[in-house]
Amino acid sequence: MTDLEQFRTETKSWLEENCPGEMRDGAAREEDICWGGKRWAFQSEAQKVWLERMAQKGWTAPQWPAAYGGGGLSKAEAKVLKQEMARINARSPLESFGLWMLGPALLKYGTHEQKEMFLPPIVRGEVRWCQGYSEPNAGSDLASLQCKCERIEEDGDAHWRINGQKVWTSYADQSDWIFVLVRTDNTGSKHQGVSFILVDMEQPGVTARPIKLISGKSPFCETFFDDATAPMEYAPGVSSIVGDIDRGWDVAKYLLTHEREMIGGGGGGLLGGDGLGETAARHIGVGADGRLADPMLRTKIAQWEVDAWAFMLTLDRVKDEARAGAGVGANSSMLKYMGTELNKRRCELMMDATGADGLEWEGARSNDGAVAKAWARSKGNSIEGGTSEVQLNIIAKRILELPGG
Amino acid sequence: MPLTLTEEQQMLKDAARGFLDEKAPVSALRALRDGDDPSGFSRDLWKEMAEMGWAGILIDEAHGGAGFGFVGAGVVAEEMGRSLSASPFLSTSVMAAAALQHYGDDAQRGAFLPKIAAGDAVFAVAVDEGSKHAPAATALKAEKSGNGFTLSGAKTFVAEGADADKLIVAARTAGAPGEEEGVTLFVVDAEASGVSRERVAMADARGYARIAFDAVSVTGDDVIGDVDDGYRILEGVLSAGRAGLGAELSGAAQQAFSLTNDYLKERRQFGVEIGSFQALQHRMAHLYSEIALAKSAVLKALQDLDDDVGAASPICSLAKAKAGEVAKLTSVEALQMHGGVGMTDEFDIGLYMKRIRAAQEMYGDPAFHADRIARMKGF
Repeated sequence: MTDLEQFRTETKSWLEENCPGEMRDGAAREEDICWGGKRWAFQSEAQKVWLERMAQKGWTAPQWPAAYGGGGLSKAEAKVLKQEMARINARSPLESFGLWMLGPALLKYGTHEQKEMFLPPIVRGEVRWCQGYSEPNAGSDLASLQCKCERIEEDGDAHWRINGQKVWTSYADQSDWIFVLVRTDNTGSKHQGVSFILVDMEQPGVTARPIKLISGKSPFCETFFDDATAPMEYAPGVSSIVGDIDRGWDVAKYLLTHEREMIGGGGGGLLGGDGLGETAARHIGVGADGRLADPMLRTKIAQWEVDAWAFMLTLDRVKDEARAGAGVGANSSMLKYMGTELNKRRCELMMDATGADGLEWEGARSNDGAVAKAWARSKGNSIEGGTSEVQLNIIAKRILELPGG
Repeated sequence: MPLTLTEEQQMLKDAARGFLDEKAPVSALRALRDGDDPSGFSRDLWKEMAEMGWAGILIDEAHGGAGFGFVGAGVVAEEMGRSLSASPFLSTSVMAAAALQHYGDDAQRGAFLPKIAAGDAVFAVAVDEGSKHAPAATALKAEKSGNGFTLSGAKTFVAEGADADKLIVAARTAGAPGEEEGVTLFVVDAEASGVSRERVAMADARGYARIAFDAVSVTGDDVIGDVDDGYRILEGVLSAGRAGLGAELSGAAQQAFSLTNDYLKERRQFGVEIGSFQALQHRMAHLYSEIALAKSAVLKALQDLDDDVGAASPICSLAKAKAGEVAKLTSVEALQMHGGVGMTDEFDIGLYMKRIRAAQEMYGDPAFHADRIARMKGF
């Protein structure tokens, strides 16, 4: 038996023994996701036990080094773990911005001491992080951010003082800590003088307020910093700033690429759910030849199917090329652009297909306005994580090497 | 299987590009178009391509071929699309070779495949009878007569039809036009008595023919597969043709795009390179993204054909639909971004637009294939 087969056998029996029955429902529902954090109220004892057992093995972050609480698994082993979890339909034990974003940033740019302090609590789901990037006046032009961070010396004790506002901070109202892009220097170019700082939200200077969207309730917040503080070091050798002071833009850019890949990759869900044609046929009916009774709509849906299928194959191809060593690079912008535009088109077509029924906003019949709210929400897809126009700029500059700008 | 080229396929691609740049660049197409020789391609060049292993690219080694498979054929077709090279590659070495290799009997394989691989026999595939692709509408009649059949009817839009030595003809042996049952495929000698061919000059300056069949006699040995079972075979042959055209369209789109991208960095107006204008940059970035999608669909179709020709019909429709639509969009955008010079015959961009127009029409335009995909998905 190869090592990988051995690992599979062991993983299979460990999961069989340790995954509670209630946690074997795949949990597609939003409210079943375990986000962790100090204020987290577990949905059930099973959810708590499942998180503890997985965290104990480091399998909430399978590929992070074991020295920082991760699973220390190879890519191949992590894939086996994923497959075996899928086989028994196991829920993901933990999702978080710590796992998706701060962790990868720390692993790349953090010091050993920073990793030692911040990574294990993320793995165990004890601390919930959120991201403070955009500002009311720094959206697409993120580098023009102005949230001010000054070094203050009082009675021989130095600390950072932060003043400003962040927006689109997902789940800020439920998070314990925030990683924030702040301006530590205003004298150079706008990309200079940005720092990536870690801030404890449990202090009077930090306030988070949820934002209601055109689609209704949302995880987004605006977060205010009024004389909020962070120490120079949380412990000896643990600077509150990740990477070099004034050089936080590198960290931010790295994370943005990472985020784009996740959003574009999220296009994986495009072909899931109710088929457009099937939904349209249910609402509109089909003719004697078996074709949808609305020929104009049928054409539009068919064209969307062609594009969506080709896009799914492109996700595969870009992944395969990356595996072969070509790297994803600026192609993440292409995937983000095409994936989000396709999803917006799908939602428009879903509204066309369902007609007046699709407009219902409340009540059980419409599953609380699921179609209409998904449609309204989809408009944000091509804005968040860098607008479509910004992605096109990136493609034009970095891939096509067109001049100017 | 990963959606990437193997090392061997990549080498084939590089070799194809080198050869075509030297022997069959766009200027060669112009020479064919403007010369006195009416044939749509050069027989001498085709012999050289055969020596490169391209004529027998799908044919097994036992019959003198190179056995590179559909992905191999696709990378050559893509490079031919890039350089607008005219040759009987698609009709002879992709479609006819696929028909005979996968559906022919031993005698047919032995008789035809070595000649195709050597570049000595040029085949054309005669399917359509009306102005839009409709294989099930086959009406050309094949009536039983003695041990054989008599063919009567007419075909149109037959690529390489005027220059081919042999024709593969879809004919109706039973049922009515519109039905998939009752179609049979025949190999017919292009010089047979009763075959009359009209060479047709078309926008893309390739060789096409309208062919009339007036009581043309064929024997039972000329049937590919079984009588009345030709539609299934035709589907396989058309899948090969659609994926091959998809690859050619993808190559043509990539080249038209690349010519335009270069032009945007050269051409200056208002004191700057026009490529610095965001109005053009965003259109180029959009085209880049669309071309990426077309490439994925084409490669997947070719790989699936290598797996099972008979099962690849849906993905080949995707490849043809997406590559056709993207190439068309690319060519018209490319022409617009070239401005006035794009309208001149001297610039190559117009030649790309014309070839793309013809190739996206052949064996089903994007609407035809989107409709098929919709039907497969049940709406």
